[in-house]
Amino acid sequence: MNRVEKVSRRGFLGTAIGAGALVLGVQIHEADAATPAWMPSVYLGLEPNGTAVIVAHRSEMGTGIRSVLPMVVADELEADWKKVRVEQAVGDTKYGSQNTDGSCSIRDFYDAMRQAGATARLMLEQAAAKKWNVPVGECKGQNHFVVHTKSGKKAAYGELVKAASALPVPKKDDLRLKPESEFRYIGKEMPTIDQADHTRGAGKFGIDAKMPGMLYASIERPPVLGAKLRSFDDAAVKGMKGVVRTATIEGFKPPHVFQALGGVAVLADSTWAAAQGRKKLKVEWDLGPNASFDSAREKAEILAKVKQPGKVVRNVGDVDKAFAGAAKVHEASYYVPLLSHAPMEPPAAVAEWRDGKVITYAATQNPQAVQEAVAGAMGIKKEDVICHVTLLGGGFGRKSKPDYVCEAAMLSKQVGKPVKVVWSREDDIKFDFYHANAGMYMKAALDEKGKPTAWLHRSVFPSIGSTFDASAEYGQEFEMGMGWVDLPYAIPNHRAENGAHKNHLRIGWMRAVAHIYHAFAIHSFVDELAAAANRDRVEYILDLLGPDRHVPIEPVGMKYWNNDQGQDKFPVDTARLKRVLQVAAEKSGWANKKPSKGRALGVAAHRSFLTYVAAVVEVEVDDRGRVTIPRVDIAVDAGQIINPERARSQIEGAAVFGTSLAMMGEITAADGRIVQSNFNNYPVARINEAPRVTHVHLVPSKAPAAGIGEPGVPPIAPAITSAIFAATGKRIRELPVRKTKLV
Amino acid sequence: MIQLKVNGSAKKFDGDPEMPLLWYLRDVLDYTGTKFGCGAGLCGACTVHVNGEATRSCVTSMKDAAGKDITTIEGLGAKSEHPLQTAWKQCNVSQCGYCQSGQIMQAAALLKAKPKPTDADIDTAMQGNICRCGTYQRIRQAIQIAAGVKA
Repeated sequence: MNRVEKVSRRGFLGTAIGAGALVLGVQIHEADAATPAWMPSVYLGLEPNGTAVIVAHRSEMGTGIRSVLPMVVADELEADWKKVRVEQAVGDTKYGSQNTDGSCSIRDFYDAMRQAGATARLMLEQAAAKKWNVPVGECKGQNHFVVHTKSGKKAAYGELVKAASALPVPKKDDLRLKPESEFRYIGKEMPTIDQADHTRGAGKFGIDAKMPGMLYASIERPPVLGAKLRSFDDAAVKGMKGVVRTATIEGFKPPHVFQALGGVAVLADSTWAAAQGRKKLKVEWDLGPNASFDSAREKAEILAKVKQPGKVVRNVGDVDKAFAGAAKVHEASYYVPLLSHAPMEPPAAVAEWRDGKVITYAATQNPQAVQEAVAGAMGIKKEDVICHVTLLGGGFGRKSKPDYVCEAAMLSKQVGKPVKVVWSREDDIKFDFYHANAGMYMKAALDEKGKPTAWLHRSVFPSIGSTFDASAEYGQEFEMGMGWVDLPYAIPNHRAENGAHKNHLRIGWMRAVAHIYHAFAIHSFVDELAAAANRDRVEYILDLLGPDRHVPIEPVGMKYWNNDQGQDKFPVDTARLKRVLQVAAEKSGWANKKPSKGRALGVAAHRSFLTYVAAVVEVEVDDRGRVTIPRVDIAVDAGQIINPERARSQIEGAAVFGTSLAMMGEITAADGRIVQSNFNNYPVARINEAPRVTHVHLVPSKAPAAGIGEPGVPPIAPAITSAIFAATGKRIRELPVRKTKLV
Repeated sequence: MIQLKVNGSAKKFDGDPEMPLLWYLRDVLDYTGTKFGCGAGLCGACTVHVNGEATRSCVTSMKDAAGKDITTIEGLGAKSEHPLQTAWKQCNVSQCGYCQSGQIMQAAALLKAKPKPTDADIDTAMQGNICRCGTYQRIRQAIQIAAGVKA
């Protein structure tokens, strides 16, 4: 993947489209044909005026990645950041994976970005050496100049572009990567390129994209997953002011993957007119088998299933024997409901079908998935889908599933004009790919000090696998590998079991994914065990983690997912988990803040996305049972940190996201239809409900870069509920907290 | 014919008088800095000033906007240098950035009414504005910096 090569101007940013055709902040890079820019890598070009054009191939949804990866390129290039222009890549496999998901952008592309920058710098140094007739070893790229170190002679990068572009691309072994001491941007507090735009409303999101002559669509979708359109009556819609026509969208063929759900669309000359027209549609559906689906009944089923043996997915020692001989056992069941992503910008895209091709501007986390899904829907080659990536008003996993882009493309082909699809908030809440609801049963055998000698953990949940295989009933390797089969505790007997369960809704990954429910059950249970043993929580967890070691994870019937990384490079390292726990305890003042009535701390330490995080949450519960969170301390070891400022902001945000799902988030279905519709009945944390302040403590680490966008989320919910227990004596085994009366 | 002023310019509108101001600003005038978030006055992403008051444009009809003076994020500060915009940049508040126009417009109305807001004032004024990325502590910090009050 990391092979650097020269590419043509045309290959650089995909197919050029009509100049001025689109009003967007991210414009196609316009190189003058007479003085072409030089592109030594797919990620990097230099214009003759010296401007470095760096391609952001990952999507920007708030992590800062479209600034931070280019900063890595700029650093190795020795570019002056003021002379760098970042351009957003279209979807194209030549960039490698563009799926901005799984907290892996830095981990997977840090080396490639450094190599791209170092390659261009070396070629500029070689061009200067040739020009001055000196050894290349005496020439050094420095802040957008090549300097001859012996004489002090300088040449601007722009002056060297022409000569450099005639040179062969150097081999990887010939590159000289900068030592850490010479880093300009890596590891520094650099602001992102979008901050200023966001303060003046100038950032361009999917919802802001326009194409000339486009129509706005509002779509009535099947109310139950798999329902089929029986008939519709649009007589009342025709002739409404602004309404142009109606159109149908064919339903999906199982498995649904990222296909459009189908339905009836009203197309109009404004968002408002389309929405008004939709209200007048009369649509009849054949609801199908999911129409009897009911969340309350499903929850009871799941909580019954976890009491029964399931498929063994990890097995260490002999749990049954240990339970048989145990002096004391402790058991508990936990439940986490369905959740919706609810990004502030709902799914939005504009697409045009033109001459057998599709051009789209979409808020997407994965433009290559857009290419595939749209190509599948239209019966064309994926190369004929040109996907321009806008800014994303939040993603959280929702926008890696491009059903809404398919809708826009399918409608455009029917109406012969570009079509913009913007989901209403009700559409977003009712037709999401939901975060799975899960039931967990935990049982531990305890020694005389209250430490587990055996640990049984059963989980039952509808699998994300059902999105790709309609018959899937068991968890996928990656779902099992998320903070479950990789339990790092020093317990001699350990078994994990997964019970079968079918989906009745679209199930998809949401920020931190299966870690959310596994972390809630595991760390809540640990808190219960520590409480039963009357032990200090931090000391108890340290004891559970045991000696400093790498824990080999050997699940049954599958390999350990480990974010698709080897355990040699990214082992499960108890020393790192203990370290973040100790830092969080120290910084929060854990030892000196003993629980008092209505005010207490809770703690959880969890490894996810190869990053080690410990959170200490302080809660206050007033005499009416209202919970506030005055302070959170989170210690993070994510390996090498490229931009500490954005790393902190991600963890601050994760504390709020975790608070939302812990305190208030719940999606339910009745008669196969989602009950919730908007922020009134699917609340998320507001400024007065979020943690008042989150202190992020980045633990210095020599380990390779790991994830930062998601790992802050999993420990928040169990830390909150453990704190509530310490403050009130109320044990919460089911989220969200708001369903439990605390006084 | 509805007449109104947007960011200081006189405008005329002869479309559906029930159309929310939000869609007029976005679809007709192309002031896309004002965002859609919920369509029901629940999230604050669409906040603009109507005669100086922070208002949810998604639930304000054009007929109710008639004769009013509307300010959007694009018209907030000369050269985008309202003290809040400066403080927002100083604190690197934004993550995805989508809700921030609404947050800043809401905060600007707060500071106009209460130039030195307390923590509780900030809670009260800002709780209608959702940020799903969770930038609240920096929003609070930026308001305090712009107002010159201590955290």
